[in-house]
Amino acid sequence: MREKASTFAGEPEPSGPNRRTVLVGAVGAGVAGTALAGVGVGLAAPTTAPPAPQETLPVTLTVNGVRRSAPVDPRASLLDTLRDQWGLTGPKKGCDQGACGACTMLLDGTRVLSCISLAVLHDGQEITTVEGLVAKGEMHPVQRAFAERDGFQCGFCTSGQVTSAVGLLKENPRPSRAEISELMSGNLCRCAAYSNIVDAVADAARGER
Amino acid sequence: MDFIRPTSLAEALRAKAEVPEAVPIAGGTDVMVELNFDRRRPPALLDLNAVGEIAKWSEVDGRIRLGAAVPYVRVIDELGDRLPGLAMAARTVGSPQIRNRGTVGGNLAAASPAGDSHPPLLASDAVVEVASVRGTRTIPITEFYLGVKRSALEPDELITAVLLPPADGPQQFSKVGTRNAMVIAVCSFAVALHPASGTVGTGLGSAAPTPRRAPEAEDYIAGELSALWQSPAPLADSVLRRFGELVGAAAQPIDDVRGSAAYRRHALAVLARRTLGWAWHDYCEGRVTACA
Ligand SMILES: Cc1cc2nc3c(=O)[nH]c(=O)nc-3n(C[C@H](O)[C@H](O)[C@H](O)COP(=O)(O)OP(=O)(O)OC[C@H]3O[C@@H](n4cnc5c(N)ncnc54)[C@H](O)[C@@H]3O)c2cc1C
Ligand code: FES
Ligand code: FES
Repeated sequence: MREKASTFAGEPEPSGPNRRTVLVGAVGAGVAGTALAGVGVGLAAPTTAPPAPQETLPVTLTVNGVRRSAPVDPRASLLDTLRDQWGLTGPKKGCDQGACGACTMLLDGTRVLSCISLAVLHDGQEITTVEGLVAKGEMHPVQRAFAERDGFQCGFCTSGQVTSAVGLLKENPRPSRAEISELMSGNLCRCAAYSNIVDAVADAARGER
Repeated sequence: MDFIRPTSLAEALRAKAEVPEAVPIAGGTDVMVELNFDRRRPPALLDLNAVGEIAKWSEVDGRIRLGAAVPYVRVIDELGDRLPGLAMAARTVGSPQIRNRGTVGGNLAAASPAGDSHPPLLASDAVVEVASVRGTRTIPITEFYLGVKRSALEPDELITAVLLPPADGPQQFSKVGTRNAMVIAVCSFAVALHPASGTVGTGLGSAAPTPRRAPEAEDYIAGELSALWQSPAPLADSVLRRFGELVGAAAQPIDDVRGSAAYRRHALAVLARRTLGWAWHDYCEGRVTACA
């Protein structure tokens, strides 16, 4: 498990344990515990080899400016590929059916839902996730506006909201408040930070803050 | 699961002939939900995203030929003036993210009675162009829908385009849902005025096993308007109401989680009355195509 974690990202891993490796390690421990308990109640340990891995296809994506190539299961969504295979956990999985917007990414600059797309569909294309919005250590103006306007509470929807807002401002650089609500309607917020989100997007559109 | 990525229509049709069970994927906004929730395990996916021939629109012999894989966002941005009814419907599909990927071809092939493209396509007498290695054929839109999620498409065929005349008069679309975005229609309605032929087209969504027209309502209103095309005057409320009633009567709705049959019939009558009122108002004001 730990070994898998370090090959996850293809990005320089910080030297100490980070949140991700700790979480992955904890999951590993949980699985081991379950297996032991299984033996305890008399289940035979599996004797057959695990099923052969699915066939994969080579996929090359430019993710946040970095070209990455990897063999990818053709059934894997773009979201799962980026999160599970490449360790980019900014985009969230809220619904896995296109209804919440938490997995929003930019595909060649256009906002799309990565849970209802396949990685293999986008071979050769450019992806930007929330991680890629920071430039030279500086937050993107939309990120800054969200922070200053408290455009979130728990934060689960935020990476999708921010990425969606960046896409929106590219489609429509001068939206009215009504248009912002309408054009952000694909991003749900269970904490209902909507009015602050609209404020943040309006600020970013005005280039303030 | 195999993944087939043709780069031309000919290649795509050969692949579909060889593996008819291969599931085409355009925007993926319907297919992926089925895959993610294990409702479908196709042996192969046929990716249509690199088939350039179906990803563009053009004007052919006075009709718009809208490639099956053109996403909604382009219908809205590029065809709002010529296909106002379809563009209005496209604007109500899902969310901006869905509209950036979802296509009219995918909506047609999915053939859900609730699909938002269907009512405006019905109202303007669209024709579906389909192709296979056996050749190309066109299917009038009224013959395309065969049942809930069933269409006249053969297993070896792909939808290549939909052909429809540019608006020759005002068009409207309206749908009822629980909120303004991201809703599957409880019911929907489209109307297209055709002053040149003195006719009116209709399309009903989520109102029957298939999207359908309301022929009696169309005949009734064409009769009422026959004397008015040349000297437009406001329509009596009783005429609008009668039109609504006939539209409601053409529906064969069901009770389901989104609404009861009785509610759907009532709502359709209201949508029909209002959209006809708006379209006729536009006609009276001399706006040939409603601003989309
Ligand atoms: C959150 C969410 C909200 C939605 N809201 C709406 C809505 O408001 N209104 C609405 O109408 N729909 C809605 N949909 C459904 C969907 O977005 C539309 O039906 C869309 O038009 C499908 O297009 P697509 O290109 O994504 O299709 P895909 O998912 O790629 O394909 C759909 C079906 O068509 C087949 N297919 C695609 N292209 C072709 C072709 N050229 N030839 C033959 N077969 C083909 C596929 O095999 C599949 O069976 C929603 C979906 C989601 C996930
Ligand atoms: S996780 Fe993709 S839209 Fe909800
Ligand atoms: S901040 Fe909690 S879901 Fe939006």
